Amino acid sequence: MKTATVRARGNETKLLVIDERGQLSHRLRADLPSLVRPGDLVVANDAATLPASLQGTHARSGEPVEVRLAGHSSFGFRVRRFTALVFGSGDYRTPTERRPQPPALSEGDELRLGSLRATVAQLHSHPRLVDLRFEQPLEQVWEGLARHGRPIQYAYVLDPLPIWDTWTSIASRPVAFEAPSAGFLLDWAMLRAFRSCGVHFATLTHAAGISSTGDDELDRLLPFDESFLIPAETAALVHRTKQDKGRIIAVGTTVVRALEAAGDDSARVRPGPGLATGRIDAGSSLRIVDALVSGIHEPGTSHYQLLRAFQSDERLEEMTRDADAKDYRLHEFGDAVFIENDRQGRASGRYASSFIVRINAIQRAFDLARASSG
Amino acid sequence: MGPFMTDHQLLPLRVAITGGTSGLGRALVGELLERGARVAFVARHRPDVERAMLDFPAAHGIVGDVSRKEDVHPIAIQILGVLGGLDVLVNNASSLGPVPLVPLADTACEDLEIALQTNVVGPFRLTKALLGALASAARGGGRPVVINVSSDAAVTPYENWGAYGASKAALLHLSRIWDAEMREEGVRVVSVDPGDMDTPLHALAVPDADRSGLKSPHVAAREIAAVISQTSAAHDEQALAEVTR
Repeated sequence: MKTATVRARGNETKLLVIDERGQLSHRLRADLPSLVRPGDLVVANDAATLPASLQGTHARSGEPVEVRLAGHSSFGFRVRRFTALVFGSGDYRTPTERRPQPPALSEGDELRLGSLRATVAQLHSHPRLVDLRFEQPLEQVWEGLARHGRPIQYAYVLDPLPIWDTWTSIASRPVAFEAPSAGFLLDWAMLRAFRSCGVHFATLTHAAGISSTGDDELDRLLPFDESFLIPAETAALVHRTKQDKGRIIAVGTTVVRALEAAGDDSARVRPGPGLATGRIDAGSSLRIVDALVSGIHEPGTSHYQLLRAFQSDERLEEMTRDADAKDYRLHEFGDAVFIENDRQGRASGRYASSFIVRINAIQRAFDLARASSG
Repeated sequence: MGPFMTDHQLLPLRVAITGGTSGLGRALVGELLERGARVAFVARHRPDVERAMLDFPAAHGIVGDVSRKEDVHPIAIQILGVLGGLDVLVNNASSLGPVPLVPLADTACEDLEIALQTNVVGPFRLTKALLGALASAARGGGRPVVINVSSDAAVTPYENWGAYGASKAALLHLSRIWDAEMREEGVRVVSVDPGDMDTPLHALAVPDADRSGLKSPHVAAREIAAVISQTSAAHDEQALAEVTR
């Protein structure tokens, strides 16, 4: 599969559908309203994307660094303290896995990032991973992020991403570190189409973290813990929809993470702030979400792992082959899947299968790196 | 009048005002703060923003130019960051176009472009960037509103006011169409003509005006505050129709 390198627009975006019986079909984004039913609830992530990549210098050594804010290191959406990745010199044009390490960092070190001053508050087990604290007043932190930050992006997108290409139509509070990209499928006309066919729409705000660190060891820790906020109205709509036997359609994996983290066994969702931890995978049973609309990502990514909670590996492998054959485009600006929960309780511990998937992923990453260097 | 609260959760209204360091914008910052709103204001020049923040320490000053494409999202990020969301956007920043005013036939294309960028495209871009937050406030039970500051020049073809009048007419029409389209999302877009005010913009346009005949921007600010409370409190269509155009 090819990676989409510019943001696709309009209705020509492809949509691969796997229904609850495991049947595959090929549709278009414009068909989305026909895939949901009256009484269903579509839930999307309305987080706006922070320009979370900050170029600057490590004050003690004078060496250049790029900081990528990767998560809120406390509950909620505060902007004083972040978990962050620190790279050495260079920018997104170098694939992350080939970026140099940052200069040796110590707790208390200062990083100068435009007008921002960040202190290394805590080191973690990996030289790239730290907690950063901004010491300035809140308004100055926001100004520094807004004016100096650039959207996090990867080498497969050639030109610098403007901020507006990282915001969905429904973008609200700027708390996500990378775009909640399934939301690119929505526009105001589609929300109107949902409404006119009796489909309800709700949002939550989930601080989507980074999708790749350029380091296998760190990538295994992804996704990092992510803060979210579920409005009372959204929790009430989920409850009402479940009572009336409607389905909960999540737009994006972040919505699955938030709803399942806040959900209980009686299919109720706790409103308010929460923290999504750990991975959702083949061993997870979904208590809230009935279907997912999402971008397409390679086997082995945490994103793909999450799909295994919805459908069997056999179906997902078939999906990957089909998407390959029909030229679906990968990643945040690419094509999409609509995947229903087949309700086959899958037991955990499918080690052999996930091992094979992992090998495939390494092979694909290798191919991708070779393709992008050629 | 009581404090400005969203009726759904008794939280203060979150308001953003462009062109907030002079004239009507500055008067609105003071008026809305006094009514208990949380206010962010935007203006082009840092010294002006810093001076205004000394006068209004509770407000959040943001430096940016709404007519510049590259400034719009940084402005939106700061508004949404410091306020945590948005209930009211007042697109107040305006450009006269050529100063002193000249007939359309003598208006440089570049001056027309500046008027359109500041008075139409800028408010369009900023509103579009903030629409997600406004619709989010509506889903949460609020009654968000965008107020576009208009002028009688948007309706009446005054000679020498071509660039300004044409841009304000476009903004008025934009407001009407947007209001029709976004109503079902719970977001209202209204146009308000504050009348001829004693402001720096008016002084630029009509340097020899008799200022005693001009309206105080503070009076206009109180009228706009009334529009906000009528729109964002009860949806009384008739009351709204009387104060807006």
